[in-house]
Amino acid sequence: MDIYRSHVLICAGSGCTSSGSDNVAGAFDRLLKEEGLEKEVKIVRTGCFGLCEMGPVVIVYPEGAFYSRVNEEDVEEIVKEHLLKGRIVKRLLYKESLDKDQIKSLDQVDFYKKQMRVALRNCGVIDPENIDEYIAMDGYKALAKVLTEMTPEQVIEEIKKSGLRCRGGAGFPTGMKWQFAYNSKDDKKYVCCNADEGDPGAFMDRSVLEGDPHSVLEAMAIAGYAIGSDQGYIYVRAEYPIAVKRLEIAIRQAREYGLLGKNILGTGFSFDIDLKIGAGAFVCGEETALLNSIEGGRGEPRPRPPFPAVKGLWQKPTLLNNVETYANICQIILKGADWFAGIGTERSKGTKVFALGGKINNTGLVEIPMGTPLRDVIYEIGGGCPNGKAFKAVQTGGPSGGCIPAEHIDIPIEFDTLVQIGSMMGSGGMIVMDEDNCMVDIAKFFLEFTCDESCGKCVPCRIGTKRMLEMLEKITQGKGEEEDIEKLEQLALNIKDSALCALGQTAPNPVLSTIRYFRDEYEAHIRDKKCPAGVCTALLQYVIDADKCKGCGICARNCPADCISGEKKSPYVIDQDKCIKCGTCMEKCPFDAISKK
Amino acid sequence: MKTIKDLEEIRNRTLERINIRKEREGTRVVVGMATCGISAGARPVLKALVEEVNKRGLRDVIVSQTGCIGICEYEPVLEVYRPGEDKVTYVKMTPEKAVRVVAEHIVNGKVVTEYTIGSIKK
Ligand SMILES: Cc1cc2nc3c(=O)[nH]c(=O)nc-3n(C[C@H](O)[C@H](O)[C@H](O)COP(=O)(O)O)c2cc1C
Repeated sequence: MDIYRSHVLICAGSGCTSSGSDNVAGAFDRLLKEEGLEKEVKIVRTGCFGLCEMGPVVIVYPEGAFYSRVNEEDVEEIVKEHLLKGRIVKRLLYKESLDKDQIKSLDQVDFYKKQMRVALRNCGVIDPENIDEYIAMDGYKALAKVLTEMTPEQVIEEIKKSGLRCRGGAGFPTGMKWQFAYNSKDDKKYVCCNADEGDPGAFMDRSVLEGDPHSVLEAMAIAGYAIGSDQGYIYVRAEYPIAVKRLEIAIRQAREYGLLGKNILGTGFSFDIDLKIGAGAFVCGEETALLNSIEGGRGEPRPRPPFPAVKGLWQKPTLLNNVETYANICQIILKGADWFAGIGTERSKGTKVFALGGKINNTGLVEIPMGTPLRDVIYEIGGGCPNGKAFKAVQTGGPSGGCIPAEHIDIPIEFDTLVQIGSMMGSGGMIVMDEDNCMVDIAKFFLEFTCDESCGKCVPCRIGTKRMLEMLEKITQGKGEEEDIEKLEQLALNIKDSALCALGQTAPNPVLSTIRYFRDEYEAHIRDKKCPAGVCTALLQYVIDADKCKGCGICARNCPADCISGEKKSPYVIDQDKCIKCGTCMEKCPFDAISKK
Repeated sequence: MKTIKDLEEIRNRTLERINIRKEREGTRVVVGMATCGISAGARPVLKALVEEVNKRGLRDVIVSQTGCIGICEYEPVLEVYRPGEDKVTYVKMTPEKAVRVVAEHIVNGKVVTEYTIGSIKK
């Protein structure tokens, strides 16, 4: 076994890959060779560290130096200074990680301080393409334990006792789900993993698959043992090429080691896993549509009951869990249900991973104990809104969820409190909005998404969401009428009651919750024909302040619609009928004489 | 097919290799690796240290490097920081001397006085 004096960990998750970490890693490979260091310094391509905003991220051990936004040209300096001469390149260090010239350990940095990594424990720590590194972090020890020391009933009991609730959105108790699948007697059963992750802006599951694929494989094998199944399927979208590749490698390595396949670890238990690649439709994340899609049919939901635990894949009992749900299983088996139940709150145990995005300084992936106040996530971990703007609301649960306004910023994040205030945990997308976001526009955005993604099988979803969208369009164009808000609410409730699957049943949520908390914004659009946040272009006017205008004519020369006129040295005017509201004049005016109203 | 015992072996052997990625509080051994150190032969010293620490399975010891320590004529220089104790600076190191420092000082806690900067200067 080769011993290296230094390890260079480079994030090879999707976030850092798209900001160029592949080239950075390539440059390290090349330069280490040139300097003759390739036998002393090891390059490890890992999964996501979480701080995507600062990518590409590189950590050098043993010093634990955390370099951020490293580009190809910087690599030479790191190799020549740090790796060769031991001089840390301060200029490239993540500035938060320096304290009076000393490197703080990562768990002392604001972004990580309040986090707790259970599901993401190996992400950014191990090489996901090397099964030995997973094994070193106690990988496949939980599987060995259940196969040799526990009965299926005991496994299910342990999961129940842990209080783990499903991470795919609804928060159903995981142990109960396993129990139902166990109770169904049949000669064939299946274990499926939902890695469709269709919620726009969410990338929790992708990061687990990219950074620690074996943790999902191992947990699925444990589930197979518990419910009595020998075949698993992972349904993952084709838009996740890195996750798909790492899963393929992981499955191959696990089979080579006999950790998947026949007679695992010589215990007589057999279990194998295959991948099913989805085309990336949102509805295919819904469990019954997903099963149809795996079978090769159209991704359309089936009526429930029968539930998948009774009649699922090919009409056989099927256990379906989300990626993050599985990522918690092995830790529960190894550390015990009591350990897990000790984290979080009374009714929400453990941790939850969130993808933090939108108007927030530290875009990235965070994992926090349940019950952490929203304030800590937004301000301490997330670093607040950029450019000193005021925090307005956060959307959780994606297109099925709702917004949480600033007035609720002190609520603890847990399943039930979020539902009480009209939102939901969802799968973990968290989109932050600041004072410049129009809430009607946000509601419209999510509804456009669900409208687009509706499979069309049932009328309430296919036509109802379309009618709602038309009403929102009318309102944002300044053509809203007084009774539109009531009409929207009425239709929303009808759709919730009558749609076939949860896609339709939850589609009106963003509209209902924005009406609940930001009714005044709807009313401003309808009554005053104004968009208070200045987003809905149809309701905007660009006007020239005659007092400030020096008559230079720059605006008129730059206007693409030729709608500004005037005499040199006297105030210009904008012809509102012709104005296309592009904002060019405001940008170009050297005297700040043009404003948006 | 692997057995549970095989897994345990893979675990131990790989852990040794990736243990370096943990934040640790144990002893830190630092080698001066500026141009002066490198030309005086600091690289082989560093290598010998890494190998010795791993051979002995010293999980809590970090071997690291630093820039010029400012005493170029005494290079290669090696500094040992043990928690709660004063820093000890060893000078004019060779791979063999470094191995002895690991055995006597880092493992057994006895400073190898004859290699320290204090005794050489005298
Ligand atoms: C429209 C729609 C989309 C969904 N998308 C996902 C998804 O992308 N990933 C996921 O795990 N669950 C998704 N779900 C929830 C699944 O139906 C199912 O409840 C979940 O995968 C079960 O896993 P869990 O019990 O571990 O939460 C979606 C549900 C609906 C209605």
